[in-house]
Amino acid sequence: MAGAVAHFGNWVTVILMVIGLYVVLARGNLIKKLIGLSIFQTSVYLLYVGPGKILGGTPPIIAEGFTVYANPLPHVLILTAIVVGVATLALGLALVVRIHEAYGTIEEDEVLGREGDS
Amino acid sequence: MIATHLPALQVVIPLLAAPICAMLRRGSHAWAWATVVSWTMPVIAVAILLQVLEGGTISYWIGSWEPPWGIEYRIDTANAFVLVLVSAIGAVVMPYARASLEREMPADRQVWYYTMYLLCLTGLLGMAATGDAFNVFVFMEIASLSSYVLIALGRDRRALVAAYQYLIVGTIGATFYVIGVGFLYVMTGTLNIADLAERLPLVENQRPVFVGLAFLTVGLSLKLALFPLHFWLPGAYAHAPSVATAFLAASATKVAIYLMLRFFFTVFGASYPLADLAIPALWIALSLAAIVLASITAIYENDVKRMLAFSSVAQIGYITLGIGLNSEAGLTGSIVHLFNHGLMKGALFLLVGGIAYSTGAVTVDRIAGLARRMPLTFAGLVIGGMSMVGVPGTVGFVSKWYLVLAAVERGWWWLAVLIVASSVLALVYMGRLVEAAYFRPAPASSAGDQEMPLSMLVPAWVLVGACVYFGLDTGLTAEVAAQAARGLLGTP
Repeated sequence: MAGAVAHFGNWVTVILMVIGLYVVLARGNLIKKLIGLSIFQTSVYLLYVGPGKILGGTPPIIAEGFTVYANPLPHVLILTAIVVGVATLALGLALVVRIHEAYGTIEEDEVLGREGDS
Repeated sequence: MIATHLPALQVVIPLLAAPICAMLRRGSHAWAWATVVSWTMPVIAVAILLQVLEGGTISYWIGSWEPPWGIEYRIDTANAFVLVLVSAIGAVVMPYARASLEREMPADRQVWYYTMYLLCLTGLLGMAATGDAFNVFVFMEIASLSSYVLIALGRDRRALVAAYQYLIVGTIGATFYVIGVGFLYVMTGTLNIADLAERLPLVENQRPVFVGLAFLTVGLSLKLALFPLHFWLPGAYAHAPSVATAFLAASATKVAIYLMLRFFFTVFGASYPLADLAIPALWIALSLAAIVLASITAIYENDVKRMLAFSSVAQIGYITLGIGLNSEAGLTGSIVHLFNHGLMKGALFLLVGGIAYSTGAVTVDRIAGLARRMPLTFAGLVIGGMSMVGVPGTVGFVSKWYLVLAAVERGWWWLAVLIVASSVLALVYMGRLVEAAYFRPAPASSAGDQEMPLSMLVPAWVLVGACVYFGLDTGLTAEVAAQAARGLLGTP
């Protein structure tokens, strides 16, 4: 049972990872690409946080009667990664706003098509 | 007292200087502040390098937390050398930046340029200095996010698209890196690079470790623009502000290459011989493809900045070729070329930025006959071009010498011949520039073109001079690179 639960987490991670990467590559809309990128990054949060949780483990505070502790470090790492992800998304969206101002479109093929006549 | 804290200061000073820079309202004040900060960086970096050469590896514990629990800055010859390169390039481009940026962007944006530049410097120095694999990711993102902004500040609207594309690719690269680190962390329970190297033998030949290595390799290859993952680079370099191109071309990809070396040799090298994983063969194949195909693309490129960007992809091929050779001579060639290519590409992009200062866009047709109007600029371009080809007496020759030596040492004569023969390609694309500038008649429209201001010419010529100086006196760079290579390979 415990094994199945652990694998469930891994499957979700891998599926999100592939969905995110696929959206980045397959979509031409600049906003949708960023959504894909965010999904891709989110899968990595799961990749780290998942193994940090031990079933039956408690937060690592020494107390009587508790011997199994979960690892808190992945959570701290992922807090940092979330901040990075938010910053990346914000910058990406800001660039899309500027691209829209400059080109009048956020479809990648139309933007590239209009590059020549700048 | 302060000498023991140099590794932290190297990163903390530009980090703290950046928000102060953002608060300065005038471009000239921000420039002065960023220049002062940039000039202290090489002083610190050289002091660290001397400490390392004298006393061996420095281990600095951030907040006095003992590694592997706390974050450790671990500096040996290899990353001390990279710190010197990055900080020196940063210091050289700053005097150049002022006049160049005043021409290329409105005054209210200059403050943001300098702020982002300081953050980018922080990120690059941090990536080189730190000994913690996750800390590398954080600094990588600091450097990347600020470099996307630097590129987007280019004057052309195409800079926005180049920055967006670089953001997508750069984030995928950094995320692949962090996935790779995640696999290693799950298997070993540590993020400290030295500790990882010790614990990996305990989980030898398990699949997650190989998956981690694969993710790390692809992620870092995107960052260092290994062929065929280089597609983001030409657009980004062509449309960024001239001075940003020179800085990023000379430093950003080099730091990613250093990380590749660190993971291949320090982390995996001890327990997983690279040759068993077929990595050398793959890298030699990709490097040769980069050298030949990117050089040919450069030959047909009309925009000079794009031409030099493709040439960068080709030159990175030489650096990765040395990694693929997987020997002391090969790694020495790699590391020395990492430094030398930083010098010569920095010099060339600064000179081309100087031409752009007068002409706006720089195409091969536009520079026809310009050598008469800008003699000093084009004299520098000729020397930088000779260095790119690998003429004896320039730094390019030194790098190729070690690479050929490493190929011969393996008995691969065909590779040695290919390395020498590929120089002809560089001769062709640099020759096109020289031919256009010196031997074609100048069109009447170029009558107003003149040499860039002295504040830009001097930094460019400092790097051109360095190309010749380190080409004649190889004692410093080659010795340090050889010591760095021995350190990475773990041989005395």
